[in-house]
Amino acid sequence: MPATAPVIDIRDVTRTYGEGPPALADVTLSVRAGEAVAVLGPSGSGKSTLLNLIAGLDRPSAGSVTVAGLRVDGMSEARSAEFRRTKIGMVFQFFNLLDDLTVTDNVLLPAQLAGLPRAEARRRAAGLLEHLRIDRHADAYPGRLSGGERQRVAVARALMNRPALLLADEPTGALDTASGDDVRELLAELNADGQTILLVTHDLRLAESCATRTVELVDGRVVRDTERTTAVT
Amino acid sequence: MSALGKVVRAGVGRRRLQSAVMILTALMAVTASVLAAGLLVAARAPFDHAFARQRGAHLTVQFDGAKVTGRQVGATAHVSGVSAAAGPFRALSLRPRTASGSDALPAGVDLPPLTVVGRADAGGRVDGVRLVAGAWATRPGQIVVAYGGMPVQPGARLTFPSAPGAPTLTVVGVARSVTGTADAWVTPAQAGALSARGGPVSYEMLYRFRHAGTDAQVAADRDAIAAAVPKGALSGSRSYLAVRQQETANTMAFVPFLAAFGVLGLLLSVLVIGIVVSGAVGAATRRIGILKSLGFSPSQVVRAYVGQALIPAGVGCALGLVLGNLLAVPVLGEVGTAFGGPGASVPVWIDVVVPGAALVLVAGAALVPALRAGRLRTVEAITVGRTPGTGRGRLARRLAGRLPVPRAVGLGLAYPFARPARSATTAAAVAFGAATVTFGVGLALTLGAVQSGRMLDSAGSVMVAAGGGQAPPGAQAVHAGGGPDAPTADPAEVAAALRAQHGTSRFYGIAQAQVSASGITGATTVVAYQGDTAWAAPQMVSGRWLDGPGQAVVTTRFLKAAGIRVGDTVTLTERGRRASVRIVGEAFFTAGEGMELLTRTSTLAALGLDATPGQYGVRTKPGTDLGRYLTSLNAALQPVGAVAQANTARGSDVIVTMDALVGTLTLMLVAVAGLGVLNTVVLDTRDRVHDLGVLKALGMAPRQTVAMVVTSVAGIGLLAGAVAVPAGVALHRFVTPLMGRAVGMTLPASDIAVYRTPALAALACGGLVIAVLGALLPAVWAARTDTATALRTE
Repeated sequence: MPATAPVIDIRDVTRTYGEGPPALADVTLSVRAGEAVAVLGPSGSGKSTLLNLIAGLDRPSAGSVTVAGLRVDGMSEARSAEFRRTKIGMVFQFFNLLDDLTVTDNVLLPAQLAGLPRAEARRRAAGLLEHLRIDRHADAYPGRLSGGERQRVAVARALMNRPALLLADEPTGALDTASGDDVRELLAELNADGQTILLVTHDLRLAESCATRTVELVDGRVVRDTERTTAVT
Repeated sequence: MSALGKVVRAGVGRRRLQSAVMILTALMAVTASVLAAGLLVAARAPFDHAFARQRGAHLTVQFDGAKVTGRQVGATAHVSGVSAAAGPFRALSLRPRTASGSDALPAGVDLPPLTVVGRADAGGRVDGVRLVAGAWATRPGQIVVAYGGMPVQPGARLTFPSAPGAPTLTVVGVARSVTGTADAWVTPAQAGALSARGGPVSYEMLYRFRHAGTDAQVAADRDAIAAAVPKGALSGSRSYLAVRQQETANTMAFVPFLAAFGVLGLLLSVLVIGIVVSGAVGAATRRIGILKSLGFSPSQVVRAYVGQALIPAGVGCALGLVLGNLLAVPVLGEVGTAFGGPGASVPVWIDVVVPGAALVLVAGAALVPALRAGRLRTVEAITVGRTPGTGRGRLARRLAGRLPVPRAVGLGLAYPFARPARSATTAAAVAFGAATVTFGVGLALTLGAVQSGRMLDSAGSVMVAAGGGQAPPGAQAVHAGGGPDAPTADPAEVAAALRAQHGTSRFYGIAQAQVSASGITGATTVVAYQGDTAWAAPQMVSGRWLDGPGQAVVTTRFLKAAGIRVGDTVTLTERGRRASVRIVGEAFFTAGEGMELLTRTSTLAALGLDATPGQYGVRTKPGTDLGRYLTSLNAALQPVGAVAQANTARGSDVIVTMDALVGTLTLMLVAVAGLGVLNTVVLDTRDRVHDLGVLKALGMAPRQTVAMVVTSVAGIGLLAGAVAVPAGVALHRFVTPLMGRAVGMTLPASDIAVYRTPALAALACGGLVIAVLGALLPAVWAARTDTATALRTE
């Protein structure tokens, strides 16, 4: 990918489901490396659809989606899986940790699926857990952790393969205030370290605290795209 | 339609795959069970009806007139245990010659020897002989022949050249004795006239006993009769049980393995239906909660889930009923009219009881999970989603995560430990399938061994016919022209040609004749061997093969029919000459209905018969080109008057039918087992669909998803296969001797011990194959599951 190329390049994307109105209509969006973009909008505005298209979990009805230099919209299932393993990391509202695996095993999963050597994967997981300050829970099961700690584990897992882009879907949506603050702080730190982030949220505080840019969707259309000089940390 | 009916119908329609599984499993179980139970009952019914109607003889006994008087024989009617008796009747072994011609038989043809009995009337307290055509013999010069024996009709004339004055008798009737007590009947006066002066005299006595339900009871009664006459006077006997077994043998041979398949099918049905309904309840907890919140009572919920199992199972039972009856038609065909009764068919009560029992089992299997559904508390049911509780199998997951295998495989290997009960039922379904394959393969191997070993003289690759009237073993020899035709080829010249032929390894000669044998009604075919025969011996069950003169080898069926055992002596009679042979071995072969007596040619010579071999069995050296060998040998044999041809035996239709049934039932059971696995993997995949979405969102590729799902049952499959193979082998070892016993034969041990190590190793992988095949489809579905949708599933 050229140094100047955007991490996300969405052009004229429309996504329709059945006969209803389009979930996304003629959306064009570009995200550069190092940006932290918060996609805002009410329920049904198309935020999750946009996220799914970027993650290769869905395909546009029209237009193109390029992420980290790869056309995502026409990928086969296998290529799409490889893309998710290597180019992006995902964080979900409800963490989506596998409850039967320990924290370490959850974090190791993406690396193991990508075939990273065992020792390297373990070294990297240990580093991430320490960096995210959850290394004391390495052998615990997710069910024993607080919401904030679980989301930190989810972030660690998302960063395991050093993705070009971190996608976060309502990362504070299921958290109490304290845990939400914890996650906001974490995402801002990551962006400050150069991690490109696209997050979908209702949480204006999250957008204000860690986004360098906000994009507002209404009825599947981009109605506002605002650059912020710096994120408030 | 009531609300309950709508729920049941919607449930059946929504779970099409599960409904199809239940239909198939019930279909298979009921087909095999109807066939097995139907054949067991229907095959014997015609004989049993005829036996009761004609007051058949429980035991037909021959006495040696040289050792006992007619009066002494008559006194045996009062032996303890005898409830009725008929006789004594004078019995003679005579070889008739046709004196009048017909389309079927020209004049002047020598026929096989007949057991001719002097009997005043067809009725009596025992063995009411039923006239099929004509009338009973009422005066000298008349004879009645047994139905199904000689191809002669009333009006035909038969001459008895060996009887005093070579009288010619007129056939006045054709009659049927249910236990075949004679080949022909004449008046007592005529029987006396037919007896050669000073020649051997035999008496026949017919008995009914108070207790004659088993072989042991009949044998005890026979011993009591033998004890009532001088030692050695009882020269032969035949139990009605042996006759019934012989008449229904082919049909009854189906029963043991069909019963085994039926039981396996019913057990698998219970298991699979339990899995299906349990899965349906587990997957629809929320739905059950909604139904209850709408006012459904616990009993209505229970009925709804039992109904969802009973409807498809009912369809399967109905289809199985039809299929079972259709398959029974060709199998029962041969026993239908053999006893002059109506054609045999599966009794109506079997058609009612078997599907009824199957439905009761299905309802029982469905009731347990349905009761669980009925007991679910409404609030819990409506709030609890489908996602199963976690906690079990964590240790297994941790350990699997450390295995040096791809992560997807490690995850799959740990899955069974998270749901041990479901894993156990999957293992049971796989085990049933693998055991069935093991059993089915074993049956096919045994039937193959029986098929190749059942004919005599099958060891050699070439048969040489030396001409003359010698028929192949098992055929009814009919010699035209008043005496047996001698083989035309000189045995010494044939032997010399065979020895001189390059490629000949070993050979022996075969002669044969039909004579009377003590204890056996009608003619017995004697197959007599000359030369080196050890390599060509049939499969031995007990005792040993012939190694000298005066010896004989027969089948279990012959031993039972004659009421003798290995070590006993059989007296052969031909035109007044007698020769005794000692039974030295019990062999397995079905040639001549398994009633041929194998001996050396010296036995024929002792009876005054031509012992010149009419055939030669030849083994070629390894690597010999058979075509070239035959061409070259025939060139050498042509001047001698003999012809060589490849030794090919025709396959038994019964065995072919059995093979087809075994194959079909095995495939059906394996399909049901595979569908059982498929069903549990589908349920498992549904339960884990959210985890699956997470894994796919993290980058799990489709092939990794397939590998994970398939691996989740592969370990179970391997384990279940390893357990199932010994079970299948044990079932085979239990069933195959019963099949032999059903036809009055003892199968050789080598035909039962058919599993070799490579085959067992391959069969042990059968569980893995069934599990993988069953899991493949849901694994592909899992790989294709939409990730975004899966992530939204709770």
